[in-house]
Amino acid sequence: MPESNEAPSVLSFFGGALKRWIFAVQDYSLLSLQSVVNIFLPPYYWMDTLEQMDLIGVGSLPIVVAAFLSIGAVLVLNTASQFQRFGMTALTGDAVSLALVRELGPTIAALLVAGRNASGMASELGSMVVTEQVDAMRALGTDPVRKLVTPRLIATVLMLPLLVAVADFVGLIGGYIVANFTLRLGAVQFWTRAVDALEFGDLVQGFVKPIVFAFIIATIGCYEGLRVRGGTQGVGRATTSAVVISSVLVLVADTFLAKLLLYIFQK
Amino acid sequence: MTRPTRPAPLRETPSLVPGEPLIAFHDVRIGFDEGDVLRGISFEVRPGETKVLLGESGSGKTLTMKLAAGLLRPDAGRIWVMGQNVAEMPEHQLLDFRRQVGFVFQEGALFDSLTVAENVSFRLREEDLPDDEIEERVREVLRFVELESAIDKYPAELSGGMRRRVAIARALADRPPLVFYDSPTAGLDPVTSQTIITLILRLRDLQGVTSMLATHRLQDATGLASFRFDVETNRVVALDGNGGMPVAHRGEQEVAPATNVLVLREGRVYFEGAVDDVLRSSDDYLRKFLASAK
Repeated sequence: MPESNEAPSVLSFFGGALKRWIFAVQDYSLLSLQSVVNIFLPPYYWMDTLEQMDLIGVGSLPIVVAAFLSIGAVLVLNTASQFQRFGMTALTGDAVSLALVRELGPTIAALLVAGRNASGMASELGSMVVTEQVDAMRALGTDPVRKLVTPRLIATVLMLPLLVAVADFVGLIGGYIVANFTLRLGAVQFWTRAVDALEFGDLVQGFVKPIVFAFIIATIGCYEGLRVRGGTQGVGRATTSAVVISSVLVLVADTFLAKLLLYIFQK
Repeated sequence: MTRPTRPAPLRETPSLVPGEPLIAFHDVRIGFDEGDVLRGISFEVRPGETKVLLGESGSGKTLTMKLAAGLLRPDAGRIWVMGQNVAEMPEHQLLDFRRQVGFVFQEGALFDSLTVAENVSFRLREEDLPDDEIEERVREVLRFVELESAIDKYPAELSGGMRRRVAIARALADRPPLVFYDSPTAGLDPVTSQTIITLILRLRDLQGVTSMLATHRLQDATGLASFRFDVETNRVVALDGNGGMPVAHRGEQEVAPATNVLVLREGRVYFEGAVDDVLRSSDDYLRKFLASAK
């Protein structure tokens, strides 16, 4: 009777997968909660936090600058012809500014940091797990979440908004350079329109998003690292998962945050 | 040969009732997805005793030590260590508890981004001790394991045996009265293995540290049971053929403590007793196991 044999195995397969997924979400939630609670309770690891700020903030600066110079430039290249068709080239500054501050700055900077740092966190912590360094830390009476996760969380939450500010500015520079060469837009015209186009709600949107994205990147990177099983192969899998999951979650969170913030600021 | 450093006195053993065992396992069980690993083990370790855990790979030696150190929680059973119920302590209390014991991991588990000095001083820095005192304690404990010259090296620059010695130094930095050694000689050549066992002997006989040692090498057990470190002659000398049972007091040398063996088989205690008893046993499994462990 093949049918009766198959049904339970399919059910148990999906049941098992669902159970594992629920446990994973539970573990992730507990780790995130614990890492946030640790921010308010001593001991503090300020040197580790500064080290991570340097690694995440200063370390990511070159790729953010290079990426956003190009993004700002491409944005103008793609919109210039449309603006020229309607004789509205003066609006170039508005378009670049709004697109960067509201959406592209936070999202693309977060994806870059996810690719660079979530993977770094997962592989570093994962390697520490497989070589028993995390157990050694516990054996020495140190809480690994407090020592390893909380500094990375604080550092990412502090650094990503700053990186986004740099990204927005550099993107505007890239946009201005192309606008100047292709549309013959003057500096005053471009920058005045770019700054005037922004309202308070846009700035809030541009700086609330990176805080949420930073939380996702740091907690997913650390969670994937700390749950590594299966040696170096497991570290590789965790690194991939950290980038994929944090990137997807950043994009999903972006959708909900955009809707929420637009609703709050009546746009 | 220089006279070996005598390490500073141990931390006081907390809340231990005189006459009580330092470690007591009662019907401890633990399992994972693949099934039960420990199926109800019970044993005791007395203060000053060296308990050698012998068993095949996967018999639960490491797991037993991690349970005793509070690094894992049992599914059932009670574990008392230094008068504290380790099986039921919340994590924040376990962190405090673990500061009172030393744990030497199988491969050393040194923090590879830190130097030897930073590894050894890790716990001391957590306790916010003054820098001068940390430096003094690190040098003292590295002198004890004869690695003071490697103080500024990174773990990757050390040999396997040196890494184990640094791991021992790190475990000893805070002067714990109880130390767990997880296969400290695994994968080392015979000479380096002997160096490690001599170090454990010195620690036991100079300081009276209670210890549990997991190994699959019979020589480790017989070495600990048959020799003692004589501080007068600065040599490892043979005990008087009594298999590690206490011997008479010799000058300033403390009484050599008992070394006992616990053989684990398929998650259960298969044999417990003195090293000589296990060597003389006519049990088929023990004879076969000992022949393979020699």
